Amino acid sequence: MKPIIRVENLGKQYVIGSRQGYETVRDAITQALRRPFQKVRSPKRESIWALRDVSFDAAPGDLIGIIGRNGAGKSTLLKILSRITEPTMGRVELRGRVGSLLEVGTGFHPELTGRENVYLNGAVLGMKRSEVKQKFDEIVSFAEVERFIDTPIKRYSSGMYLRLAFAVAAHFESEILIVDEVLAVGDVAFQKKCLGRMSKVSKDGRTVLFVSHNMAAVQQLTTKAVVLHQGAVQFVGDTQSAIDNYTSMAALVGTGVYEVGRDGRRLPGLSNAVEFLRLELGDKSSAILASDQDLTILATLKGNETVHNFRLSITIFAADGTPVGSAFGQENLSIQQGHRSVCQLRLEGLRLAPGSYYCGLSVGTGDPSRGHKDFDVILDVLYFEVLAPEGIAGTRSHWTPSWGAIRFPEPATGELHAALN
Amino acid sequence: MNDETIIAESICETAEVRGTAPALPLAAERESSQPLLVIQPKSGWSALDLGEIWAHRELLYFLTWRDIKLRYKQTMLGAIWAILQPLLPMVIFTLFFGRLAGMPSDGIPYSIFAYAALLPWTYFANAVSNSSVSVVGNSTLVSKVYFPRMIIPGAATLAALLDFFFGLIMLGVLMLWHHVSLHLSILMFPALAVLTTALALGIGLLFSAWNVRYRDIRYALPFVVQFWMFATPVIYPASLVPHKWRWALALNPLTGVIEGFRSALFGRPFDWMSLGFSSGVAILLLFYAGFAFRRMERTFADTI
Repeated sequence: MKPIIRVENLGKQYVIGSRQGYETVRDAITQALRRPFQKVRSPKRESIWALRDVSFDAAPGDLIGIIGRNGAGKSTLLKILSRITEPTMGRVELRGRVGSLLEVGTGFHPELTGRENVYLNGAVLGMKRSEVKQKFDEIVSFAEVERFIDTPIKRYSSGMYLRLAFAVAAHFESEILIVDEVLAVGDVAFQKKCLGRMSKVSKDGRTVLFVSHNMAAVQQLTTKAVVLHQGAVQFVGDTQSAIDNYTSMAALVGTGVYEVGRDGRRLPGLSNAVEFLRLELGDKSSAILASDQDLTILATLKGNETVHNFRLSITIFAADGTPVGSAFGQENLSIQQGHRSVCQLRLEGLRLAPGSYYCGLSVGTGDPSRGHKDFDVILDVLYFEVLAPEGIAGTRSHWTPSWGAIRFPEPATGELHAALN
Repeated sequence: MNDETIIAESICETAEVRGTAPALPLAAERESSQPLLVIQPKSGWSALDLGEIWAHRELLYFLTWRDIKLRYKQTMLGAIWAILQPLLPMVIFTLFFGRLAGMPSDGIPYSIFAYAALLPWTYFANAVSNSSVSVVGNSTLVSKVYFPRMIIPGAATLAALLDFFFGLIMLGVLMLWHHVSLHLSILMFPALAVLTTALALGIGLLFSAWNVRYRDIRYALPFVVQFWMFATPVIYPASLVPHKWRWALALNPLTGVIEGFRSALFGRPFDWMSLGFSSGVAILLLFYAGFAFRRMERTFADTI
């Protein structure tokens, strides 16, 4: 059987600077006037390869994970596969329709009812009206929004909204399904349902490409994986080897600084009364922490409003995406509207086991005991590695991953009773 | 590179040797049911591919329907605005030009003379304005899902057409009121509506594609539309323009259309020369705009 997806030497070049982004006619004219003899499309412009020489095949029924850090080219690859953007070089052969769950809710309009949005979204995804009609009841019951189907979705809770969006996309009968991180949607029960849906899809002989940061989900769902690094394929093979490859690489290339941009690491829908501009590991010279070193993070914040008594909080994730733990700071920070400030967050006595980790940070008020409200949340940033504690005479001690992510303090042990012989 | 290919092959359970035909006829049969889609870089002009647009006709329908449905949402008057939009300018122009300035109107009551032109003009202006900003306005669709982008300005134009139909009701009322009887020339009316649509769509396609890169379009648009209206015999008759300037007026493809609407309604002879010119411009414009749009749409997702 021929592969259902064949990707050959795929490359995508983005031009950095004003050219690629939108511009004004004036810029174009002044540029033409300034250099009248130069062609407008000068090849000297700075460019980056978001994807380079990527090749892999997928057979019908394959469940393939695509893993890689932010900016590794995952979303560019998906955009090319779903024909949103064109590659600069190489080619892709697809034998079948591509459905993607990276655009859940695309075309949803808050003023329209659930029913209207199902039809509209179905058409956007490429479904025939008859197809939507036939699956309508199934979609609605999958999303568990039967009672509200004729209510404008602006009245929906965000969970209902996302469930409906996912349900429409998941019922699109495409031969190829691309799934991007949507499993973060909804509660645990719904996530299970989604996972079930995806494995059913693959049992029907359809191919699933699953993109995630969450190694645990990739491991659970996929049998093969492609590891992308800086736009190139770093590894292709069975999922476990791919994850090992990825986690060993994640720490090595971690930089201790993250400039908050528009790349989707920011959780949408928050007030952003105070927002993150920049995050930095305190010891930025390397993202490698000695075994008992404190974790210090410097956060550059911008106040879009004057806010008093807010706090920073942090969640640390293991490289496979499992959360390790969280900490909430005291509400002792304030910021003036329009001002910036650099705040420090310091975690002492972390006792993380040797391994690779990354962070999620939030700025907001409250804590879990009183309920909390976040102004801004940045996820999946600041990769760092914790080294194994030093053993005797410069040797490194050993820590087995199955021992977990926390190296508890040495337990107190002692004999309570002398053993009677 | 070589290693990579080997690994890449291994991901596919049944590795296939490039260039050889599949051994099993069954597999070949199954494949033929699934058309092969090849994605690769293109450059220069490409085909219009109207078949693809036809395949997405339901999306065109739904986007048009959405535009209409949302247009007058949370307004008190709702679809009545479709009637008021050409009607209110008519009242104003009748008052100032018809009554106060004594604008000639070829022997037809000024109010209906103006409305007969304002109705198609409003359609044209709305279609151009809405479609020009439509691609940028639907940036989430453009950057997240694939379909022929032409559907977006197409839907915006079609949605404006519905308002035109609403406005026809008022036209009927005015014609009864002024005892204007229908002539055989009314048969040209649908053809003129098609011609207006073609011109609006052509300009809408070009402007909407340019607007992705040059957001100036959005700001320039109101002025362009306003200037264009005064350059078209909407609120004055073409006969008002001195003979030696008629050619300049005729260079505007809307002149033939708007005068054509009046001829169709009031049974005057058609100016076939200028109608022919307008049709020629419309066809060329539509073709050019279609190909130019196809050429530009490749970078929409990267630019928007």
